[in-house]
Amino acid sequence: MRFERRESASPALTVLAPLGAIGAALVVAGLLIAVAGANAFEAYGLILEGAFGSRLGVTETLTRATPLILTGLAAAVAFRARLWNIGGEGQFYLGALAVTAFGLVPGIAGAPAPVAILACLVVGALAGTLLLLVPVTLKLRFGVDEVVTTLLLNFVAILFVSMMIEGPLRDPLAFGWPQSMPAPDAALLPKLLERTRLHAGLLIALALAVAVWWVQARTVFGMRARAAGLNARAAGFAGVPLARTLALVGCLSGGLAGLAGAIEVLGVKGYVTTDLSPNYGYSGIVIAMLANLNALGVIAAALFSAVMFVGADSMSRALGIPSYIADVTVALSLLTMLVAIFLTQYRVRR
Amino acid sequence: MSVILDILASVGMWEAVLRIATPLILGTLGVLLCERVGVLNLGIEGIMTFGAMIGWLTVYSGADLWTGLAAAALAGAAFGMLHAALTVPLGLSQHVTGLGITLFASSFSYYIFRLAVPTASSPPTVEPFRPLPVPGLSEIPFLGPVLFNQTAPTYLALALVALLAWGLYRTPLGLAVRMTGENPHAVEAQGIDPIRLRIGTIMAGSALMGVAGAFLTLAAFNSFFPTMVQGRGWICIALVVFALWRPGRALLGALLFAFFDAFQLRLQTAVEGVPYQLFLMLPYLLSILALIVMARRARVPQALMQPYRRGER
Amino acid sequence: MTRVLELDGITKRFGATLANDDVSLHLDRGEVVALLGENGAGKTTLMSILFGHYTADAGEVRVEGRALPPGRARAAIRAGVGMVHQHFALAPNLTVLENVMTGTEPLWRPRSDRAAARRRLAGLAERFGLPVEPEARVSDLSVGERQRVEILKALYNEARILILDEPTAVLTTQQAERLFATLREMAAQGLSIIFISHKLHEVMSASDRVVVLRGGRVVAERATAETDKGELAELMVGRKVERPARPPARPGAVLLEAADLHVAGKGGAALNGVDFRLHAGETLGIIGVSGNGQTTLAGVVSGLLAPERGALRVHGAALRRHDVPHAIAAGIGRIPEDRNAEGVVGDMSTWENAVLERLWAPEFSRRGVVRRGAARAAAARILTDYDVRGARVDGRVRLLSGGNMQKLILGRVLEAGPDILVAAQPSRGLDEGAIADVHRRLIAARERGAGVLLISEDLDEVIALADRIRAIVGGRLSPAIPAERADARRLGLMMAGDWTEAETIEREAADAL
Repeated sequence: MRFERRESASPALTVLAPLGAIGAALVVAGLLIAVAGANAFEAYGLILEGAFGSRLGVTETLTRATPLILTGLAAAVAFRARLWNIGGEGQFYLGALAVTAFGLVPGIAGAPAPVAILACLVVGALAGTLLLLVPVTLKLRFGVDEVVTTLLLNFVAILFVSMMIEGPLRDPLAFGWPQSMPAPDAALLPKLLERTRLHAGLLIALALAVAVWWVQARTVFGMRARAAGLNARAAGFAGVPLARTLALVGCLSGGLAGLAGAIEVLGVKGYVTTDLSPNYGYSGIVIAMLANLNALGVIAAALFSAVMFVGADSMSRALGIPSYIADVTVALSLLTMLVAIFLTQYRVRR
Repeated sequence: MSVILDILASVGMWEAVLRIATPLILGTLGVLLCERVGVLNLGIEGIMTFGAMIGWLTVYSGADLWTGLAAAALAGAAFGMLHAALTVPLGLSQHVTGLGITLFASSFSYYIFRLAVPTASSPPTVEPFRPLPVPGLSEIPFLGPVLFNQTAPTYLALALVALLAWGLYRTPLGLAVRMTGENPHAVEAQGIDPIRLRIGTIMAGSALMGVAGAFLTLAAFNSFFPTMVQGRGWICIALVVFALWRPGRALLGALLFAFFDAFQLRLQTAVEGVPYQLFLMLPYLLSILALIVMARRARVPQALMQPYRRGER
Repeated sequence: MTRVLELDGITKRFGATLANDDVSLHLDRGEVVALLGENGAGKTTLMSILFGHYTADAGEVRVEGRALPPGRARAAIRAGVGMVHQHFALAPNLTVLENVMTGTEPLWRPRSDRAAARRRLAGLAERFGLPVEPEARVSDLSVGERQRVEILKALYNEARILILDEPTAVLTTQQAERLFATLREMAAQGLSIIFISHKLHEVMSASDRVVVLRGGRVVAERATAETDKGELAELMVGRKVERPARPPARPGAVLLEAADLHVAGKGGAALNGVDFRLHAGETLGIIGVSGNGQTTLAGVVSGLLAPERGALRVHGAALRRHDVPHAIAAGIGRIPEDRNAEGVVGDMSTWENAVLERLWAPEFSRRGVVRRGAARAAAARILTDYDVRGARVDGRVRLLSGGNMQKLILGRVLEAGPDILVAAQPSRGLDEGAIADVHRRLIAARERGAGVLLISEDLDEVIALADRIRAIVGGRLSPAIPAERADARRLGLMMAGDWTEAETIEREAADAL
């Protein structure tokens, strides 16, 4: 058996690839559900119903998709330039923590809402950027592989958060349970719909997805970053400042992940705990890959993941199938997507 | 100061070093094998989690401890085969595939765990490996309990270091493995199929990762809980760089690392007023430091992360 | 004569292209056969089939009368076929002995017998006059020594048939002569040898018989004694290709001047005090064996590497900043050594590759936003003006053939009208037609008044294009000789570092122009 590079991937194939990948992942996950003694079709029906069947379900799905869009963008931006930022989780937490810490600055609580919100978002993004700049600097200065350093810094960041919310940032009014002081009221994001958790963060995430797409597709920076990722040597020969481009990509990626954390605090939780993120950072990697690193595709991929996560919760309550099946499906779809992308680029010959 | 001396003088501290080091030794050897043959295996974190779960589950359902370890090794090899199938013949991104394996293997472990134990506030336990004193040697004061009163898997890990060092540097197979990590075309030119060699070696390395995970549930602790691997897999990836891809140095790195870990654990309780999280950060920060120190010196296998397709240059 | 090897009706198809079409050839004991053909004629594919890397669609390989099972390198090795690869199949981090030993013992044996292997290697080295240090790390060896290791590897496998793929690509003329002497000695001892080449002079001097391959078919077979270069050239190319002639030079002002350039590089790649002047309207050829600093020199002039000591003056002044954008802005056009690795980003589109190095120019971007319309129009212009075939403005560049990729690169460079052109190995790996195109463009640029710095390992190319020729050895330049006085022998001596006093004087005279 041999693989032969296709001359070009047909548009139909490019669209079908992610659908096929998700389909394959659902089939495998369906088998796992069946092995556990439930009817897979019924389970998937319940998942869809949980995610879409009610006003609450839909808004929950969209709420869940909001941070996923942002962490997905963070990964997509970085991976396009072959900067392996696996530290979205840590950057998410630091962004979240920064917002609550920033609330202590005198004047923020009293500022008009738009100013307070904007200031908090900037601070959250900066915190994420700062954390990613450590491994980026180590890579550029010492040639240290950023995969492992970003992974390890996730643990450091979460421990740091834990230290802060048990120490200087602890909310004295929360009984016993370690949680941070609440984010400033003035900075809380307005709700989009009454009596739901859906907040303006979704609009910010959607706008950023479009903005990122535009930067990637239309600007000099976007073209250079892509060139640097696809062939660093040729990009360098063409005069692309590799270090600077990579550092900028790092700022953007870390900023998006930090922003995800900030928005989650300002829109949903209002404070930080160490279980703020059900692996949003890691899910972002899957979402970016499912979207084939396309910023607009990230929206769709994030929605798919959100449907799985939200739907699986209610399905789990009804059938007793562990809700982890959602994580399994999403992880599987990453692997099947990799194969699907491969098949759009190569054809199999005997 | 005297606190530190007390800790350093205690038998318990040094006994813990080898225990803490064992999963790191096994995991690092596993990563080392994969990278020696030219493939980065970021699946380790998930494979360790799965190994921990399946090892525990096997014993919990009535099998003996060694069967538990064997089940973990087998499961590790199976995930290794998946990783190899995607990265070797298909040549997919080793970074992303490895992360995918980790996400899949860990969420799959949690899924199975929840199926087996749907509702339990405290995770059910098994009877773990007991220390196995080596007759005679364990009587030596201080050194005896530290080195010769460990569990059987720890002895196994130490034996594996020697076995792997021999295998890599003294046997024809080891030479072929090292050559594949340096230049698979050269291996092919000598009539050996580098693809099969890569797949086989990755499976063997991943089996070790599975055992590393099972050590956690069957010897270090006695039950399984999600997130228990706690980044140990990533630390192993860093340790391989520190070890310059050599088994002997991998042992050294794991011991050094375990020493700091055991030390910080005791310091946490001994020192007042310092947040315990700072101590917990140490292992991760040390790993990053090790990477920085070694980054320039490393003689990385030349074909690491280079996919090999027959007839392509 | 005993027939040791027969290839019978070998056919191999890759997708739409027929790489080998019913190829048959044979080899007798003690014979040296040259397999002559252009790049893409199917030589390497044929040898890969013989060696079991590929499986043929039809046909059979017989060694000493017995058919080889297809697609199994191991079987070929066992039957006594040894291959010396063009890009050596060696592991630089391992020792010579380890490289030679790999795969020679049963894989599952619990212990390697290194002592026995070392003895056997020493014996072979002695017998064929190929001295090596078994415990030396391959990364520390010179190119010539590495080739020796490759040959020893084949001999260690008890090869009786030796196949060498472009064995002289990285050697000086003198090293190549020594290699062919060794091959003769081996043939005299009963080995049979096929070497693949596209260089006529070495085919003429070193083989007993020549098999010419063109477009995947055997087009001719001649006893070397009964043919000549002219006939072989015509057979190889299939038509008379006229490489463009070079009108006399009319050198003008000094455009580019290097004074005492020093750059640290890995191993032999450093520059240790390079001086030269490049005038308007002339071509300065730099020859040399790879690894002597030509890549570093090209890097400095291209703006990739800043000199650590010394100066590079463009139009009499140093670059404001020594980087790529400033080099391009100063009028330096750059044709990179490695098209695929440096010249293009294969997975980006034609138009993106056409403008990537000039994105900063107001023509192609405004306030950080790419002017896609202008960029695509420029790319379309290059595709027609430079006759780039098979390319679409939006298609990926990866799909282009080497020749068309090079035309695209030439187009994007020359379109900007550079005064100085740095061309590193501009025709490497191209077929005759494309080479002629590239040469025409380089000559036209020189006629227009540009100064061309031609860095090439292809002596024929340098003799054809350059007005003055200098050799780079160990990061230093030899004195210049005028092209009229250049011949292969003399250039070989220059590349080996054998410079004479008389030529130093000549250099001063030439540089004072």
